[in-house]
Amino acid sequence: MNLLVLPVLIPMVAAASSLLLWKSVSAQRWVALMGAIALAVVNALIFSRTQTGEIVVLAFGSWPAPFGIAFVADRLAGMMLLATGVIAVAVQIYSFSGIDSDRESFGFYPLTLILLMGVCGAFLTGDIFNLYVWFEVLLIASFVLMSLGGERLQLQGAVKYVTLNLVSSALFLTALGLLYGSLGTLNMAHLSERVASADDPGFTTALSVLFLVAFSIKSALFPLYGWLPASYHTPPAAVSALFAGLLTKVGVYALIRTFTLIFTQDPGFTHQLVLLPLAAMTVLAGGMGFWVQTDMRRAFAFAIVASVGVALIGLAMTGVPGSEAARILALAGALAYVFQTMFVKAQLFLMAGIVRRAMGSCDLRTIGGLATCAPWLAAMALIGLLAFAGVPPLSGFAPKVAIVRAALDQHLGWVAACILAGSVLALAGVARIWSEAFWKPPLHRPDESEQDEPANALARIVPVTGLALCIVALGLGAGPVFDAAEAAARQLLDPTEYIRAVLGGER
Amino acid sequence: MEWLLALAIGALYAGGLYMMLRKTMVKLLIGLAMIGNAANLLIFTSSGIVRSRAPLVPKGAKTLEPPFADPLTQALILTAIVIGFAVLAFALALVRRTYEAVGSGALEDMTEE
Repeated sequence: MNLLVLPVLIPMVAAASSLLLWKSVSAQRWVALMGAIALAVVNALIFSRTQTGEIVVLAFGSWPAPFGIAFVADRLAGMMLLATGVIAVAVQIYSFSGIDSDRESFGFYPLTLILLMGVCGAFLTGDIFNLYVWFEVLLIASFVLMSLGGERLQLQGAVKYVTLNLVSSALFLTALGLLYGSLGTLNMAHLSERVASADDPGFTTALSVLFLVAFSIKSALFPLYGWLPASYHTPPAAVSALFAGLLTKVGVYALIRTFTLIFTQDPGFTHQLVLLPLAAMTVLAGGMGFWVQTDMRRAFAFAIVASVGVALIGLAMTGVPGSEAARILALAGALAYVFQTMFVKAQLFLMAGIVRRAMGSCDLRTIGGLATCAPWLAAMALIGLLAFAGVPPLSGFAPKVAIVRAALDQHLGWVAACILAGSVLALAGVARIWSEAFWKPPLHRPDESEQDEPANALARIVPVTGLALCIVALGLGAGPVFDAAEAAARQLLDPTEYIRAVLGGER
Repeated sequence: MEWLLALAIGALYAGGLYMMLRKTMVKLLIGLAMIGNAANLLIFTSSGIVRSRAPLVPKGAKTLEPPFADPLTQALILTAIVIGFAVLAFALALVRRTYEAVGSGALEDMTEE
């Protein structure tokens, strides 16, 4: 059996089994945890296979590409899968005590597993219509997770989330229809070949902008990010962490994949003129939002926006004419940044969940004193916060340096200035969150009576600690991480290998 | 034939967008449904409308003789219709629950506080 079917099959089987165990929540928990662990192991195996430079291809039903749907795992997909597996395990452990029993008994575990299935499918597929289908799979699971529980605030957030994502899907579908009409194929490798020899490159460029808009809504790019801070803080921490770690990154992944493999016909327009300023604005808008928000979870939602901007600046700079080395450096920085930011964002949202439970709120104006009453949590929070701000030696530092250096090499001083300004805003926001939530004496004592069993508290702090260790390891091991990202960037910028792996050797 | 479909698609997109810009959630949903259908019709039209046979290879022949209808777009639309139906059903339920929880169907009441 081909390894590539497992990242979809494992969550599917686990979700189906936990649906069969509907009456027993504790059985569902263990099925979900085992499923997540198995997924993490398989994803790590796929990652290690892609690290040799091999592009693993699975043609479903033995229909050769481009006629059938193919799953393709290259270095980029391997990295994304690895992070997905780790985050899945962390979130499942957290939800043992972080999710209330109402949500648990109404299908929380099957839904998270279906979400994971959609995410893995989106990372693996080599067919752009199939990508649409996986998007819908993960979206419908996320819609239900977003509104599960039915709190007023949650439903208000869910209306915005659902609407904007449906608009994005409709645009994606429109773009797909026009793309198929003009190029006659949906296999991404085949599209890459045909775009290069298209009769009407202007039409393809117009289409690529339509794809750009559809994916920018999903990845929360300026000016289409408004739905994210309006909804991500409303569901419980385990759900927000899963969304923060994985969902916007699927959008970023889709942008990276399509704008390195397919739409490279007019990079001066699509990458340099359209994407680069938008990504730079995203960094500033996210940074400013992060700085001024008074609710910790809302601030983290803006942190997601800011980090999406940094990653997409790296992608956009691959379209700037100039030295090949600078293009590789920029994309490698972007990939390393996306990889580490998945861990950071999941960790921050889980941490915010613990804060909310301990203090009854995430409002920086009313909480305080966490450094004395929860010193371990405070230490873990500091790691996540400083990694987001990009303080060495944590994981956010090296990729940002790479992107800034690539920008300076390309004589794009304003881009470097935007990233650095974004970092300053992030640091200011981090300092504020730290002093308000952790250092300042508490305004009111939380009720000690609500303390629950130590085992439950442990189930919440362990995943936060584990993700913090990942962040430290990714920071200290920046060299190997960056080497892997650089190899992935080289593979993306020269799609001939990908095309040969998918379409066969005759080309 | 194409021009007629093109007009219909344009009208659906325009109507859908107009409905989405109205003030209530129900109209928003109608707008979303219209845009989804517009996209499906667009896929259908983009592969070319031909007066032709089903894409079956005749007995004894090795390949298809044009003109034949493209079967792939129909498969794509079928997938998109099913997905759109499920998503719309969910959105309807969500709107109803939100109406019950918030006590209003107006989009301007969807902000917090």
